[in-house]
Amino acid sequence: MLEVAGLEAGYGGFRALHDIALTVEAGEAVAVVGPNGAGKTTLMRAISGLLAPRAGRVVFEGTDLAAVPPHRIVERGIAHVPENRRLFPRLTVEENLKMGAFSPAARPHFAERLEWVYSLFPRMRERRAQVAGTMSGGEQQMCAIGRALMSKPKLLLMDEPSAGLAPVIVDQVFDLVRRIRQEGFTVLIVEQNVRQVLELVDRAYVLEVGTIRKSGTAAALKSDPAIREAYLGI
Amino acid sequence: MDIFLVEAIVNGILLGGILALLALGLNLIFGVIDVVWIAYAELVMCGMYAIYWLYAVHGVPLPIAAPIAIVFVAILGVLVHKLIISPILGSAPINQLLATGGLLFFLQSFATLLFGADFRNIGLRLPIVEVGELFVSFARLLAFGVALLGMLGLWLFLKRTYVGTAIRAIAQDREIMVLMGVDPSRVYLITSALGGGLAGLASALLVLQYDVHPFIGLSFGPITFMICVLGGLGSMVGGFIAAFIMSQIISVGGFYTSIELSYVLAFLLFIVMIFVRPQGLFGVKS
Amino acid sequence: MKPGWILLGLALLLPPFLPISDYTLHIIILVLLWAFVYTSWTVMGRFGLVSLGHGAFLGLGTYTTALLWNHYGLSPWLGLPLGVIVAVAVALVIGYPCSRLKVVGHYFALVTLALTEVVRLSIVAWRDVTGGSLGMTPNTVPPNSFEAMQFTRFTWYWVALAAWAIGLYVWHRVDRSMTRAAMDAISDDETAAAAVGIDVTRQKLAVTTISAAMTAVGGALIGQYQMYLNPETMAGVGVSLQIVFAAISGGMYVILGPTVGAVLTIVLQEFLRILFGTRFIGAAATIYGIMLILFIIFMPTGICGVIVDKLRKRRA
Repeated sequence: MLEVAGLEAGYGGFRALHDIALTVEAGEAVAVVGPNGAGKTTLMRAISGLLAPRAGRVVFEGTDLAAVPPHRIVERGIAHVPENRRLFPRLTVEENLKMGAFSPAARPHFAERLEWVYSLFPRMRERRAQVAGTMSGGEQQMCAIGRALMSKPKLLLMDEPSAGLAPVIVDQVFDLVRRIRQEGFTVLIVEQNVRQVLELVDRAYVLEVGTIRKSGTAAALKSDPAIREAYLGI
Repeated sequence: MDIFLVEAIVNGILLGGILALLALGLNLIFGVIDVVWIAYAELVMCGMYAIYWLYAVHGVPLPIAAPIAIVFVAILGVLVHKLIISPILGSAPINQLLATGGLLFFLQSFATLLFGADFRNIGLRLPIVEVGELFVSFARLLAFGVALLGMLGLWLFLKRTYVGTAIRAIAQDREIMVLMGVDPSRVYLITSALGGGLAGLASALLVLQYDVHPFIGLSFGPITFMICVLGGLGSMVGGFIAAFIMSQIISVGGFYTSIELSYVLAFLLFIVMIFVRPQGLFGVKS
Repeated sequence: MKPGWILLGLALLLPPFLPISDYTLHIIILVLLWAFVYTSWTVMGRFGLVSLGHGAFLGLGTYTTALLWNHYGLSPWLGLPLGVIVAVAVALVIGYPCSRLKVVGHYFALVTLALTEVVRLSIVAWRDVTGGSLGMTPNTVPPNSFEAMQFTRFTWYWVALAAWAIGLYVWHRVDRSMTRAAMDAISDDETAAAAVGIDVTRQKLAVTTISAAMTAVGGALIGQYQMYLNPETMAGVGVSLQIVFAAISGGMYVILGPTVGAVLTIVLQEFLRILFGTRFIGAAATIYGIMLILFIIFMPTGICGVIVDKLRKRRA
């Protein structure tokens, strides 16, 4: 479904990623893990079009995304839950969800998808008229995921959904992700919380200093001694 | 209470309607594109001349001339964005402000070239409405009503439509609009057209009350900027309330002193406000 | 650079003795006086303090001088320094909170815009004394009266030349008194400037004071030279923008930039005015307006900025 090859990206004079190769098959859940500053967020941004790659290819369902204007990528079926949620703080929950259904293909389905997102996250229904910036961190994360789901994506990119949340809430967020998987979405998730994310995904890539150091099934990585030492603290 | 004071207060409220409309248009552009159109009031002047030319020179009836003028100014708004702002969208904000300042010179002098520096009016005298002891100009009442309707229309647009929601959203997080499938440059164009359209509407209302001349923009341009900032940039409700505060200062202040001194008072209030509460009365602290 | 300056200086000693018309000399004097004002603006403008309020200082300088002369018979030689004091006082009242509270960018532009309108409207409102929007004329005395600061054109040339030269000297001194790094730091990143020990507030106030004082002097001189003051042309938004545009089109980061801006704008205006005559009132200013827009879009560093850039590239 998604194929990244030879990807290089950065900001100004800084090269954050180089020679990245990565694939995601339909129906899979794949994680990218690694330390702070490894380039995980940059990778997500390069896939969803927030950042133009300097070299290499991002191919989604056979189309090279370099040829697609950034604001058209969501129509193709990639939705991105950005780092720090990035809700529109002064819009209501429902308006935030409406922005998720902005693309022409999604608009006719707004009502039914809203209903669906509310059934996934009943809390959001309660808060529908509340201004998003006044909600708790966990609720905001729900809203951000809901917003991305409004476009009914084929591939959902999630950038650190558990960041900045209290441990109890982190568990809830991982439950959410699990439910989204069960709904049949293909997920590419970036996490620092390696232990929990490996319980959730099929495969994972380990990203260090801008390049992929290791990859494998979640089970294999969990038993890899180096990974256990560096990321799982065992 | 002194009947003339009551009249001043009523006139202040009526003036507030138009100022609020203008501030809303400017605020929209400021909030969405992050640019100050110093020449905003000059667009209003263009609309006034358009109506004058259509109605007084060519005899086009007002109900037709006014919509034409609104569309005309909306197109001007798009041109301002396309030709002046978008080539320098990436450069220092102050350059964008100055470029529209050049536009101000251009529009003033172009109007002088076409119509001369004389004061022109459309020669339409609307009746005076008498309420008890109070005399109120019908033109002002009409302008107030239409301005409120215009703002209501805009509010519905911003609240109900996808593009309207995107316009409000883009001011809050520019970068991720792309993730929503929004093309920012299109939103900028639509916003410029809307801002222009509001200026056009204001021009149709002002031409009923005031003579048009090339420098009329200067008499309400600066006060419009002050209202925007006073209300909190990007805060439409704030701008609305600030417009009525400023218009009362001008109207009631003008009643007690002179019209110039009442403007002086309004500008001084603005300066003090910037120091005391830079985010405006209702702005969000960033 | 040195021989160039000497040549320029010598060349500028000539005009009054050349067989040029009175009109040409008049234009040269205007260019020098306005170049002085534009130079004053860049003293602060180049630090990112883009003031749209210099009309206020211009107006305060010129009106204080003329009003004291007309109503109290106080010689402009005393009135002018008083005008400067008034302008500086106003500059400090506005400038101090601006630099303390970090009012920058749009906000700074709008605060100064409000200020210049306050001055213009006050002059208009005080019409019994100032003549309001009709303007005023300083009481005349026999020509070339030193006490009234009313000279012949020949003398005015030297006064204007001196003012202009002093303006350049001040610009140069301000340029030298701060290291390049400190200057850039103030305009780009205040926190960084503060971190390397630059007292941003003090530096900003210093340039603001110098700039306002010079502008007030310029205003007073222009008023005395033209013998006519008008709130629209000596205070308010119009003249403030005129100052900013001339300075920017010439180039505010180069010492002769504002002067080039003055030559360009005044000569262009006069040229277009003569070209179109009274048949097309506004044609000259229309073209001027278009040029301003083009300048800001395509040449934001001004003519001199572009030339200096080119020279530097050639050398490198």
